[in-house]
Amino acid sequence: MSIEVSMKVNGKPVSAEVEPRTLLVQYLREHLGLTGTHVGCDTSQCGCCNIHLNGESIKSCTIFAIQCQGQDVLTIEGLAEEDGTLHPMQQAFWEHHGLQCGFCTPGMVMVACDIARRLPDADEKTIRHELEGNICRCTGYQHIVEAIESGIKAMNARG
Amino acid sequence: MEAFTEKFGIGQPVRRKEDQRLLIGGGVYTDDINIEGQVHLAFLRAPYAHARINHIDTTAAAQAPGVLAVFTGRDLEKDGVGRVESNINLKQLDGTPIFKTQRLALPTDKVRFAGEPVAMVVAETAFQAADAVELIIFDADQLPAVVTARAAGAQGAAVLHDELPDNCALHWQNDTPDAYDAVAAKAHKIVSIALTNNRVVPVPMEPKCCIAEMNPGTGRLTIYAPFQGGRRVQGAVADLLFDGERDKVRHVSDNTGGGFGTRSKIYPEIIAVCYAAKSLGRTVKWLGDRSETFVSDLHGRDQVNSAQLAFDADGKILGYRLETLVNIGAWVTENGARLAIDGGGRIVGGAYDIPVLYYSCRNMMTNTVSTDTYRGAGRPEANYIVERLMEKAAHELGIDPQELRRRNFIKTFPYTTQMGMKVDCGDFAACMDMALANSDWAGFGPRAARSQAGGKLRGIGLASFLEGAGGRPEETMRVQIQEDGSVNIICGTFSHGQGHGTVYSQIVSEKMGVPFTAIDLIQGDTDTAPAGASGTYGSRSSQMGGVAIIRACDIIIEKGKVIASHLLQADTAEVTFEAGTFSARGGSVTMAEVAKAAHDTRRLPDGLQPGLDETYHYTRDGGRDDQSFPNGCHICEVEVDPETGAVEMLAYSAADDCGTVLNPLIVHGQVHGGVAQGIGQALCEHTVYDEETGQLLTGSFMDYGMPRAHHLSHMAAEFNPIPSTNNELGVKGAGEAGCCGAPPAFVNAVLDALSSLGVKHLDMPLTPNNIWRAIHQAKAEGETH
Repeated sequence: MSIEVSMKVNGKPVSAEVEPRTLLVQYLREHLGLTGTHVGCDTSQCGCCNIHLNGESIKSCTIFAIQCQGQDVLTIEGLAEEDGTLHPMQQAFWEHHGLQCGFCTPGMVMVACDIARRLPDADEKTIRHELEGNICRCTGYQHIVEAIESGIKAMNARG
Repeated sequence: MEAFTEKFGIGQPVRRKEDQRLLIGGGVYTDDINIEGQVHLAFLRAPYAHARINHIDTTAAAQAPGVLAVFTGRDLEKDGVGRVESNINLKQLDGTPIFKTQRLALPTDKVRFAGEPVAMVVAETAFQAADAVELIIFDADQLPAVVTARAAGAQGAAVLHDELPDNCALHWQNDTPDAYDAVAAKAHKIVSIALTNNRVVPVPMEPKCCIAEMNPGTGRLTIYAPFQGGRRVQGAVADLLFDGERDKVRHVSDNTGGGFGTRSKIYPEIIAVCYAAKSLGRTVKWLGDRSETFVSDLHGRDQVNSAQLAFDADGKILGYRLETLVNIGAWVTENGARLAIDGGGRIVGGAYDIPVLYYSCRNMMTNTVSTDTYRGAGRPEANYIVERLMEKAAHELGIDPQELRRRNFIKTFPYTTQMGMKVDCGDFAACMDMALANSDWAGFGPRAARSQAGGKLRGIGLASFLEGAGGRPEETMRVQIQEDGSVNIICGTFSHGQGHGTVYSQIVSEKMGVPFTAIDLIQGDTDTAPAGASGTYGSRSSQMGGVAIIRACDIIIEKGKVIASHLLQADTAEVTFEAGTFSARGGSVTMAEVAKAAHDTRRLPDGLQPGLDETYHYTRDGGRDDQSFPNGCHICEVEVDPETGAVEMLAYSAADDCGTVLNPLIVHGQVHGGVAQGIGQALCEHTVYDEETGQLLTGSFMDYGMPRAHHLSHMAAEFNPIPSTNNELGVKGAGEAGCCGAPPAFVNAVLDALSSLGVKHLDMPLTPNNIWRAIHQAKAEGETH
């Protein structure tokens, strides 16, 4: 049995016929071809699949696509400007070498934007605790934490 | 011209050119690829750790919706699929060669670890394949399982391979113990330690995945899979499935989500997926989820060590005795039985002068997935042993730990180790001084007092280490200058996070005066990788690939001079080259102009072939023995809550000598990553197999303690670069040093914190449970004495 699931993704209306058991991450990757959102585990631990649902960061492996019917999803592909200008958080990750293999990066950047929104004064310790749900195996987190500190400042300055 | 070499040349903290697409979700990892007409594969994995296979009934699965085929080991056997055999050629002291296994991708006789693939289904959709796997009836008689190296050597232990009744694939010794026994007999003091080096799972963030695309027209197979350099997988699949015809097999990987050694290995799943594609003439995709990756990726470490140092009255080491048991798992893999010997053995005495060595290493087979290369590959284990031992020796000898280390550091170079490695240079005392200063070791007292006032125990620990990096002593690189002056670097090394595109471009930019942005890296395709290229492992890409690039550039510059002399109407001998410009007789032409002329046969001197395109196969002069020897000193500061046993990492200072630093931004990242993996092993990572059933109990991120951001403190990484004399770039390799220094520095710090409670020994990981128990055991012992 297939059902039609429609929502807004990165500002554009989208629709696809999917099996009811389809997770949001599968909907994004397999039905919309938005492969920037990654799957790094099967227990909702790694955070590689973080996206924004109605402006809040969630793990897209923990929710069915059908639960997002009619709602607003932002993925890593929708973060930069249309002209290719990086979002301040993406820019900060680049400047601070906040990525190595890049697999955890989309989830990290999406959750970092959410931290900036909720905790505009977050310090190093807070950021480290906020990253509890995101695993990176390459960087030792230090450059990620520095990137987020800097990205938050840039986002605050932008208003 | 100068502006950009100043900004983008060797030694500059250049931001990575590969990041832009990764930051916008534009990376292409294997599961991001879907090929028209692909079908999906799922494995049935052994539910038992050890069992004799009676029958695998695939009837129902074959009839399930969407199923195209079900294969077992019998099918592979019938079709003559080759078996994987290790190429390790180590011998026992009496000349007996290592025991080798011949592994079929899907076994027919027995299963030897829980999770070993035993059958596979190919179906139209991934869901259909997974559903049909459930219908396979796996009939097998369970056998007793053995999961630890020590148990595998016990009387009456389960036997994995009938031809190997004692489960010991190789008992290697460097020598008889006689020489050590002689110095031990006259020693002032002998200090001993027994350690367990816990098994860890490498965990690259991208789970295992493979797509095998069969082109029925050409009979050629293309493999898409995360891999640290495709030549190996190409060779293995060609040997096992295509009678060694390498041209029939191509490997492609765009982005790979982490490697850490485990992605440099040939897996049975890859052979099986390729076999299925070849048999069906279809494109077959398999995505292993994280659980499959946990049970089937090659694990790391897993040693039991018993070590002794013999000292004279001045605290000078007279001899070192080390006996190691390695748990190499169920199969003899490419490197598993070699790691403690060729890997760790390289630098077995760490940073210290060891006049006499007795080293015995038993490689034991158990009902677990095999252990093999994981970041450091034997060197973290070796450094851990000797640093724990030096710390203990200092206390037993009554000599300050730093002073004891200083007395025993290797100080004269080149230094030939007892294993025959030539350590060319280093200044271990200088690294220690740098780390001591950066950590404010001298100011530790007041910090400890503040912790104590808050009910916590503060500790500080130090570890010096020696690494041996470089791996296979040859690599090929191709440098191609195009007509428009832009440059392609075409290689078989593979960047899966290290930023080769950036670092190689810095080298070419500096060498040839070509703009950084005009240089591209072409990697990840065996069709373009030059002959003789190998791959990325053993911290080798800069020191092997980088040197091959330099030498290819030299040949291009020489040819450029011939072309420039023709353009400038001068003799070749008169032409000079500097910062991208050829000059002679008051005139000059740029590299871009020369490149343009090189592609125009009318403008070339007679007899000169067109193009500026050179491939250089670099062989390191001294072969395997002349590696590079990264080293350093790491200091960690921790706080322990004696009530809960929880350890908090407070500060970390790394002083590393990784030779010439090509890009400090990237090398810092390598140090941080290595330290984090070392702290992970020391603090929370632990792989547990049930000793009765052999089941993996830590098979997901719910059970396996991955280090997360809040487990780690800020790390201050500084460099004390002493250029390697073994390559003209002076680089020593930076990727694996961190995980050599971190475990002993961290554990020594926790032991320091707990010294007032009488805790004298700890084994990794230092989880709250283990610390709490150690505290209470010490308390109980204190009360009985």
